[in-house]
Amino acid sequence: MASGVLVFGEATDDGGLNPVTKELIAAGSNLGGPVTCVLAGTGVEGLAQECVAAGAGKVIVVDDPILTPYQGDAYIPMAERITKEVDPSVLLMGQTMMGRDLAPRLAQRFSTAVAMDCMALSMDGDQLIAERPCYGGSARARYKINGTPQMATLRAKAVEPLAPDSSRQGEIVRQDAGVTADQVRTKITDRRKEKAEGVRLEDATVVISGGRGLGGPEGFKELEDLAEIMGGAVGASRAVCDLGWYPVPTQVGLTGKVVTPDLYIAVGISGASQHMAGISSVKNIVAINKDADANIFKASRFGVVGDWKEIFPAFKEKVRELKSA
Amino acid sequence: MPHIICLAKQVPDPETPAAQFKVDEAAKKVIPVPGIQPVPSQFDTIGVEAALRIKDDVADTIITIVSLGPDSNRDTIKHSLAMGADEGVHINDPAVNDSDHWATAETLAAAIKKLEPYDLIIAGRQAVDWDMGVVGTTIAEILDLPSVTIAKDVKMADGTVTVERVLLDGFETVEAPTPCVVTVSNELGEPRYPQLRQIMQAAKKEVKTWTIADLGIDTPQNRTTLEALFVPDTSIETEFIEGESAQEIGEKLAVRLNEEKLI
Ligand SMILES: Cc1cc2nc3c(=O)[nH]c(=O)nc-3n(C[C@H](O)[C@H](O)[C@H](O)COP(=O)(O)OP(=O)(O)OC[C@H]3O[C@@H](n4cnc5c(N)ncnc54)[C@H](O)[C@@H]3O)c2cc1C
Ligand SMILES: Nc1ncnc2c1ncn2[C@@H]1O[C@H](COP(=O)(O)O)[C@@H](O)[C@H]1O
Repeated sequence: MASGVLVFGEATDDGGLNPVTKELIAAGSNLGGPVTCVLAGTGVEGLAQECVAAGAGKVIVVDDPILTPYQGDAYIPMAERITKEVDPSVLLMGQTMMGRDLAPRLAQRFSTAVAMDCMALSMDGDQLIAERPCYGGSARARYKINGTPQMATLRAKAVEPLAPDSSRQGEIVRQDAGVTADQVRTKITDRRKEKAEGVRLEDATVVISGGRGLGGPEGFKELEDLAEIMGGAVGASRAVCDLGWYPVPTQVGLTGKVVTPDLYIAVGISGASQHMAGISSVKNIVAINKDADANIFKASRFGVVGDWKEIFPAFKEKVRELKSA
Repeated sequence: MPHIICLAKQVPDPETPAAQFKVDEAAKKVIPVPGIQPVPSQFDTIGVEAALRIKDDVADTIITIVSLGPDSNRDTIKHSLAMGADEGVHINDPAVNDSDHWATAETLAAAIKKLEPYDLIIAGRQAVDWDMGVVGTTIAEILDLPSVTIAKDVKMADGTVTVERVLLDGFETVEAPTPCVVTVSNELGEPRYPQLRQIMQAAKKEVKTWTIADLGIDTPQNRTTLEALFVPDTSIETEFIEGESAQEIGEKLAVRLNEEKLI
């Protein structure tokens, strides 16, 4: 009988533990556990203990260069084999580049299903209940999965990690990937980073985002100034990324990044549901918009109705003054 | 002759104003808004654009549109044909029109098999109704094909598909042998808009209608149960900052945020 929770953790490009890993382990524990965590990649063994401290009862380390960077063809046979061995009742991944790609394909291998991008998970007896946004963030749906394992991908920051406890005991085992190069039909020929400097949007405690209301790419200079003063990051709406006013990786929303800062300042953004989908767990949203009926105000704790060009400079200078005081 | 299959779903217009978006919680369905017509799912129109760009280079490329859903889906197929696609296949069968994502993938895969040979299958990164993002990759698994997700550029030449993928903090170039599945994202760029002449031409292009019986498969089973559908209440009380001048308002905002220890 299938039992327990299997989670697929992830390392970041620079070799740290992707924070979603601890959130997945916590989510698995909340569902009743016990949690087995897979860590696959290159040089990931050193991260296993961190997973144990985060609540994993067992960590399966698969260290093999064939697994980095991620390619579906390399991961699937490995993930399929481990899933068969562990035979979990619930299987979780992050809603990451890997999770989006791997989860549906793995689900198909087991003739089961996966609820993608979940914000909340719970158990009803043996049944996983997976809650996720849909219709561009306008609605929420709750699913049951009629297959084994019951799979879900979890949105970043949807679940609090457990407090790390270095006295937790866990088993760490090593496995081979068991994948050969000829099984990998795709080939990565190039990888480029864009806009790597500064605070990462996903980690920032302050995010200042601009929309079409900025009137042009020049407006972002002002936002960058304030971000620098506040130690924050600059984001953008899809409208401005599509217009080429700001780089694609800064897009916040349904098809961009999910951000969770303490403070989110939206400048000239109307607040379409698809944008709000990226900031749904932010408690302090500040909106500056000249349209008093703009949707963004509905979810904002503070609002300013007016032309950002007139309001923002005074706001910025006052923040600078308060920060240096 | 290169053959590209583009999947295209029809969805309620995602630009429907928030105030008019309502769901029937008992039926677990979105209530259609009078006067707002369903539209082709945005990423699928982008998928057709990706296929047309390949066809712009290699003129004898054939593009087939496949759509599963009720009668109105014909409009989505016609739109793609007017953009420049060549043929349409409409899978229209009450047994599957309401399928979940997995049964949909099984049905579409069976239709794709019937359309062999093909070089490339293009799907949207996600359909903009349920935003699930699984059907493209699931079809790849069913048909045992390589897949590349979230593309911003797709090129095809000499049995190789070259894809620019959008990553979290950059881009990646991936090559896959044909046939393969690619899912596309909005970073690919604006889809072309059909001209009147093309719309008239599209009226003459063939759209086949297939049922499950035509596909020669048993009705695929759903693997999920939708337990609930609801509109979350995310509205909160807003404190509007007011003042005599823009200068004063801007400064007041900073002061209030400081009081709340937010800066
Ligand atoms: C499938 C799908 C996925 C999507 N994914 C995303 C996503 O991930 N992220 C995203 O952001 N969007 C996404 N969108 C797009 C979304 O629906 C909106 O079109 C987009 O967010 C609008 O961007 P905006 O607010 O910058 O522009 P607009 O909607 O044009 O709003 C501009 C705002 O600026 C205000 N304004 C104008 N001038 C000024 C001024 N001088 N001072 C102050 N305010 C001013 C206006 O009142 C208006 O409210 C998606 C759409 C679809 C269909
Ligand atoms: N009913 C359908 N008919 C045609 N294509 C579909 C259908 N459902 C999903 N697709 C394709 O699969 C993609 C992803 O859909 P989904 O997994 O539902 O988010 C869509 O963008 C379409 O390209």
